[in-house]
Amino acid sequence: MTARISYDEVAVGTELPAQSFPVTRATLVQYAGASGDFNPIHWNEKFAKEVGLPDVIAHGMFTMAEAIRVVTDWAGDPASVVEYGVRFTKPVVVPNDDQGAVIEVSAKVAAKDDEARTVRVDLVAKSDGQKVLGMSRATVRLA
Amino acid sequence: MALDQSFVGRTYPATDPYEVGREKIREFAEAVGDANPVYRDPEAAKALGHSDVIAPPTFVFAITFKAAGQVIQDPQLGLDYDRVVHGDQKFAYTRPVRAGDRLSVTSTIESIKSLAGNDVLSVRGEVHDESGEHVVTAHTMLVARAAEEA
Repeated sequence: MTARISYDEVAVGTELPAQSFPVTRATLVQYAGASGDFNPIHWNEKFAKEVGLPDVIAHGMFTMAEAIRVVTDWAGDPASVVEYGVRFTKPVVVPNDDQGAVIEVSAKVAAKDDEARTVRVDLVAKSDGQKVLGMSRATVRLA
Repeated sequence: MALDQSFVGRTYPATDPYEVGREKIREFAEAVGDANPVYRDPEAAKALGHSDVIAPPTFVFAITFKAAGQVIQDPQLGLDYDRVVHGDQKFAYTRPVRAGDRLSVTSTIESIKSLAGNDVLSVRGEVHDESGEHVVTAHTMLVARAAEEA
């Protein structure tokens, strides 16, 4: 369980490389199958609109899965994540066109714990200019 | 209608073990577009000290959410399942989920609140492997939106 990043190398304020994750209707169908969440709001436009949504929306858990990639790609070993939590504040709307939507994720080290040799990483996930996750943070054990 | 507070603290029986397969992990990693070899290549996983491929951090939700279904669909609790949305989610890991794990989930209702007519339900799912070792705890907050006036 070795993180690639050394605890001593990072400081509060260290920014992790930001990433953008595209999401289309096809992505959502694939994620539905892999996760077992077949709620029609994630693939059926008619149903989504009937329950008051602007269009089909991405699974919150899909967005959560993408956001943590900024941390796992940085740390090297995904097992270095010891805690991860988010609040689902706004849905990621995925139109049925060639583009779909994009989830933009940035992250920085917000606190260090010398005893546990862990850092708290605060994440910001946006889509279409709107914040889609709130209170999004991970605790990561570094080398 | 506000949910019955006496359900707070109720623990449901542990689920039958879910066996985590390498191909299921690969399928999940592909679905989220994550090419990290530690999710597909046992040798890459071993190089990092794991005994087999591990699962991405949020993979376990599929198992804990299914387990939480016992709570959500408990007819005695009477949650309006059609109006439920996911409010927040947190995981605390003792170790990563890996291929070959046989995982059981024990769900407990942690709190029930009523906020602006919405029912807010927090469920804790404790995930253990076959030897009884703790793997991860999932905290799931669900919101049942208030029904519109008929």
